[in-house]
Amino acid sequence: MSEVKNILLVGVGGQGTILASKILTNGLIEAGYDVKMSEIHGMSQRGGNVSTQVRFGEKVYSPIVGKGEADVIVAFEKMEALRWIDYLKDDGIMVINDFEIPSVPILMGKAQYPEDILGKLSKVAKTVVLKAGEIASDLGNPKAMNVVLLGALVKAINVPDVDWHKAIRDNVKKGFEDLNIEAFDAGFNA
Amino acid sequence: MKTIMSGNEAIARGAWEGGMEFASAYPGTPSTEILENIANYKDVYSEWAPNEKVGAEAAIGASIAGVRSLCAMKHVGLNVAADPLYTFCYTGVTGGMVFCVADDPGQHSSQNEQDNRNTAESARALMLEPSDSQECKDFMKLAFELSERFDTPIIMHLTTRVCHSKGLVELGERVSKPIVPYEPKIAKYVTVPANAKVLRAKLEDRIKIMREYSETCEINKPEYNDKKVGVITSGISYQYSKEVFGEDASYLKLGMSWPFPDALVKEFAEKVEKIYVIEEMDPYIERHCKLLGIDVIGKQVIPSFDELNTDIVRNAIFGGTDKPRKINEDAVVRPPTLCAGCPHRGFFYALSKRKNIMINGDIGCYTLGAAPPLSALHTCICMGGSLSMAHGASIAMKRANTETKVVGVLGDSTFFHTGVESLIGAVYNQGSSVSIILDNRITGMTGHQQNPGSGYTLMGKETTEVDIPALCMAIGVKEENIYTVNPNHLDEVNKALDEALAKDEPTVLITKWPCALKKFTEEDKANFDLSPKKCIIDQDKCKKCKSCVGVGCPAIYNSGDKITINQDSCLGCGVCMQVCPFDAIEEVK
Repeated sequence: MSEVKNILLVGVGGQGTILASKILTNGLIEAGYDVKMSEIHGMSQRGGNVSTQVRFGEKVYSPIVGKGEADVIVAFEKMEALRWIDYLKDDGIMVINDFEIPSVPILMGKAQYPEDILGKLSKVAKTVVLKAGEIASDLGNPKAMNVVLLGALVKAINVPDVDWHKAIRDNVKKGFEDLNIEAFDAGFNA
Repeated sequence: MKTIMSGNEAIARGAWEGGMEFASAYPGTPSTEILENIANYKDVYSEWAPNEKVGAEAAIGASIAGVRSLCAMKHVGLNVAADPLYTFCYTGVTGGMVFCVADDPGQHSSQNEQDNRNTAESARALMLEPSDSQECKDFMKLAFELSERFDTPIIMHLTTRVCHSKGLVELGERVSKPIVPYEPKIAKYVTVPANAKVLRAKLEDRIKIMREYSETCEINKPEYNDKKVGVITSGISYQYSKEVFGEDASYLKLGMSWPFPDALVKEFAEKVEKIYVIEEMDPYIERHCKLLGIDVIGKQVIPSFDELNTDIVRNAIFGGTDKPRKINEDAVVRPPTLCAGCPHRGFFYALSKRKNIMINGDIGCYTLGAAPPLSALHTCICMGGSLSMAHGASIAMKRANTETKVVGVLGDSTFFHTGVESLIGAVYNQGSSVSIILDNRITGMTGHQQNPGSGYTLMGKETTEVDIPALCMAIGVKEENIYTVNPNHLDEVNKALDEALAKDEPTVLITKWPCALKKFTEEDKANFDLSPKKCIIDQDKCKKCKSCVGVGCPAIYNSGDKITINQDSCLGCGVCMQVCPFDAIEEVK
């Protein structure tokens, strides 16, 4: 537990990265890790790209992760995986939600959404790809996409000493505990 | 018990534990959540102020009346509140008083990057610099004691990464601090020159005592490891330094950085061989070291702008280049944009079609009106500045004998911040600029804080709303020169713009529609038709002329062979429907 692990959650404002990182950090704290987490608020949230950085280990100093330092990156949106790939360690894992949100230049027809992102990424990194939106919809609530991705992320981090179901119960809205636990398990086993 | 908190949450907790009774702030990233969190402590009083100067003055009044108080602001807010700060440093306090000031290195959400450590020194306010959430809480509690002990306001210097990073915090109890009974102290608090000159001299004595404390206090202790390298640092830079050097260097971390601990720094410098100063933005520590004749390596290798991180510090010290890119392809940029259904869109679309016009903008979501395809904002300098800049520019245009018309555009909260005075200047001096207030019923960009026009206080009490048209009339704008329109109705906006721009006297145009992301109040529901609607494109009628794409709505997607509206994000504002020349867009309920 001495080595500090670095996690990045990247996506687009409004995708629920904040709740996923809250469950993640609370689970890690309960298991006894020192945890630091950093997120950016303000103008970048108006449809811009968002990132949450989580670092955990025995003792953590810096709250932010540098290039080539992330053990696991979970990209809530496909193009964001491309944007952040250089932050991944050479032997790191990139968890990718196979889901597209075109940005304004693409919406306006001024730029193309990059082609074959999954293919390109799989050539340079170990990738885990899932359709978290569809998995969540099948469970009855597309909004649980973030917790599906959390499940896949947790599997990639591989910290067995954490009670994730408890962390979910403690942090999601009352009445949505079971749905979110199902979503988490589906992501974990995807 | 340890709990995870952001720096801002921890500042709020520390203030509460420190016996604080009164808090006031104007929201601004990255400081906003300080007051939002204080508002969760129901046994202390908290409020939103219309601007930072008012917030600081209210907190100063509370301190003089005998309670511990604070004000909070983003870095540029301290420019607005600088006037009371400088003189309050002369008078000192009754109840402990803290200015929580959050700088934004890297300009994540700001129009400039300024290092307010310089302001603390220039105003001569005792400065503390926490480096993580635990210190935010501990330093805040300490700040009230120091403020009273040294009879000075405190500047709690924060930065984005300290405010918005989370870490574990050991919680404590609230101290019980009796309120000091009020008695007038005219020689202390009335700063007529005769008194102020005495206070100025006394301040020098106080600085000496504060400096002695700074040289010996617990939060300025050297941490000796290997002495070949010594690092002098403060705030978040300490965390990056620890990450880079580990136990291979000795550290002098300055938790209290003004008055500068001269003797302590000299002593540290004598014990270590090579000294690095690691700090973000200006060479504040470095300058002090050099004044003391200490040879340090600082800004010659460490960047003097943008935020630092472990990578940057490591590369600066040990050399090294960026690793090669894994994939040689850029992701398409994802700039922030006006939301789908944003009431500013219709207004800016109409404004963007005007020729021969200068559009002065301001600080808020609507600054995004400058982005393509709208490109309908030409300036943005500071909070509340648009209306006064428009006034000055309109006089300049007349002197240049041009026909160019001038407008100023700001939001409701920004109007209350400092825009009201700008309007007074324009009206009193009989200018002819059009002052435009985009009233979306809330403070938008910072995440929906109440303001004097929204009808509620920070603590959730119903309150009097400022009547904007009545205020404009009281300022002297003629009733017939005040236009209130629905910004989603382009005809209404255009008619008002035509009339206002044609007049050679002060006019005000108010757009009134709630922010698309707002949690609507009963009053909103009664005053606006907020029933759910969507717009869809009839593909048979669509000629792919892209007129709708020109409104810049993130719900509209031009894939090249087809233009569609995303039904999940569309709110049915209807702006695209009004610009379609082929009636191909219809509203569905």
